[in-house]
Amino acid sequence: MKATQDQLLLEVKNLRKFFPIRRGFLQRIVGQVRAVDDVSFFIRPGETFSLVGESGCGKTTTSRCILRAVRPTSGQILFRTGDGRVVDVAALSADELKPLRREMQMIFQDPFSSLNPRMTLLDIVGEPLLVNGMTDRAARTERVAELLKLVGLRPEYMRRFPHAFSGGQRQRIGIARALALHPRLVVADEPVSALDVSVQAQILNLMLDLQSELGLTYLFVAHDLSVVKHISERVAVMYVGRLVEMAPTQDLFYTPKHPYTEALLSAVPKPDPRLRSKRIVLQGSVADPANPPSGCYFHPRCRYAADICSRATPTLVELEPGHFVACHRAAELKLTGVV
Amino acid sequence: MAEPEQDLKPHATPSSSQGEGWGEGDFLDEDVTTTEAEERISVATAGQLMWWRFRKHRLAMVSAVVLIIFYLVVIFAPFLAYVDPELSEAQRSLMPPQPVHLFREGRFEPHVYAVKGARDPKTFKRVYVTDPNTVIPLRFFVKGFPYKLLGVIPSDIHLLGVEGVPVEEALFILGTDLNGRDLWSRLMFATQMSLTIGLAAVAISLFLGVLLGGISGYFSGTVDTLIQRVIEILRSLPTIPLWMGLAAALPGSWPVQRVYLAITIIISLLGWTELARVVRGRFLTLREEDFITAAELAGCSRMRIIFRHMVPSFLSHIIAATTLAIPAMIISETSLSFLGLGLRPPAISWGVLLEQAQNIQALAISPWLLLPAIPVILAVLAFNFVGDGLRDAADPYG
Repeated sequence: MKATQDQLLLEVKNLRKFFPIRRGFLQRIVGQVRAVDDVSFFIRPGETFSLVGESGCGKTTTSRCILRAVRPTSGQILFRTGDGRVVDVAALSADELKPLRREMQMIFQDPFSSLNPRMTLLDIVGEPLLVNGMTDRAARTERVAELLKLVGLRPEYMRRFPHAFSGGQRQRIGIARALALHPRLVVADEPVSALDVSVQAQILNLMLDLQSELGLTYLFVAHDLSVVKHISERVAVMYVGRLVEMAPTQDLFYTPKHPYTEALLSAVPKPDPRLRSKRIVLQGSVADPANPPSGCYFHPRCRYAADICSRATPTLVELEPGHFVACHRAAELKLTGVV
Repeated sequence: MAEPEQDLKPHATPSSSQGEGWGEGDFLDEDVTTTEAEERISVATAGQLMWWRFRKHRLAMVSAVVLIIFYLVVIFAPFLAYVDPELSEAQRSLMPPQPVHLFREGRFEPHVYAVKGARDPKTFKRVYVTDPNTVIPLRFFVKGFPYKLLGVIPSDIHLLGVEGVPVEEALFILGTDLNGRDLWSRLMFATQMSLTIGLAAVAISLFLGVLLGGISGYFSGTVDTLIQRVIEILRSLPTIPLWMGLAAALPGSWPVQRVYLAITIIISLLGWTELARVVRGRFLTLREEDFITAAELAGCSRMRIIFRHMVPSFLSHIIAATTLAIPAMIISETSLSFLGLGLRPPAISWGVLLEQAQNIQALAISPWLLLPAIPVILAVLAFNFVGDGLRDAADPYG
């Protein structure tokens, strides 16, 4: 990765997360699920970086490793803190991690399971404030009211419980909670995929407004490419735990370099019926991350696969400035992007 | 690819109008609650919602009332009894239940008729003859044998009594047993014993179950495997032979109270496994919930996550599981005592009372000795219905 070190907010290097498969009475480890396998990328301050892929491709695990909700197996997660230091989040102990929690927060996918049904909005949004030292109740109430206004909810609602709110409103509450500690990086794990399309637009607009207002950086995890195209500056595509392509949004959408990206783009719903026949239907199913195929993980389903694809694992190379791809044939293929 | 922007129409977001004061139009009122009832629901705690759902469960509500009555009996047992439950008299052996007449000459005046005992010269069986000429009026709130309410408040006032003659010679609402002890009075004390031994046992199992289940579910790994194997071993033990062995191991010279305590502990040491599994399951599910991850990311301590987030989420389940565990404890106490392994005379419990109805002779001659089975059935059913109601109310989707 050539991007200059001092411009980056986050740099992930060779991140791996393997989950052991245990069997039998003694729970012996008989194999490993390579949920995230050698993933490297970077995020610049103030940008929205999207991570896309099918379900089970490791994008959520990657985001949770960055927040250290799960402990990565190996690799580095370099984060630039507010005071300019660069720390390796992956190597920190639980105690060292605590001050860092303020700087990275998360917006969850499911607005129903992400809010404790037994707490009022005041307690939910105020909890990060409370455990980080804002023990004065009046000050906390004031800040919660401010946060609720910020996300477009009435401050009078703070005595209510989550069950009184719709999915979109709950997602706003989740956003307010994430913003409580003035984070610099917000990891949004499919924040709109559980919502209706009309509500999705409202939440995305809110996120964009908050970004420009508060100078936030987003790591946006999604499977919906139309959403990603709308909000992100750069996009990375994951397949079975690996990055296959990473590029600025326009490049990725109009000149994809990886056959998997091409297939994904062709699956985006199009309102024009004449264009629909061009959809590429992938054969077979997603590779098993516990028992991946040899060489390029995508080769059994790739319509451009050559001999080398089943033998050698492609590495992520920078084909054009800022456009990284992991495909043996990337340079020779002419792939179709969004038309 | 069509323009996604078409779907994503910008709207007046709050931030665009930020500044002095917040007009009504700044907020998204997707479904503004208007009526008072809706407002009440919006601010209701989980406990209130649970109570509102429980209230709709009619059978559970009736059962709850039945249980309240049972526990009033537990508290006021000596007040409701009118004779010392230990007072025996061979002359009054196996008297049948005595009818109570409420009206006399058109006026409300509860009374009973005097009963005279004699021995049948042919069969030597004691027979009791009612003398309708001797009317004994019933009185309420009369002085009787002294007792201490809840073990502390001294009193000698009883709900029922008679006028003119000693109460033990005149009043036999549910008859007497082989030793001439009054069954009604004994039943009151038996209720006190049987319904509290269950609670004590459940409290101990609850503690063990939540503690071990919580450790098992929260820490997982080796500790989890170990605790789960112990639970499997405990559950695979045949209970009746185990109880018999343990009960036989209790020294016969122990006083009743100590035997009571030992039996309680024996029952509860085996009874915690079910609850431990429930608690472990809840912990495992909750650990994966997003709001727990959110609390971790907010920087909450482990203790705060367990006690502020996890425990309240399954407290209602524990209450329901406990309510369902109490009848099992009552049944085991009753069956143990019935078999002569649990409580033994002079202790009085439902099982001890039923033990007297074990043989065919007793059943043929004195079927009223089976009456203590009725409160056993009622209490167990009531607990089960309340438990069901609580479970449905706690988790309407489960």
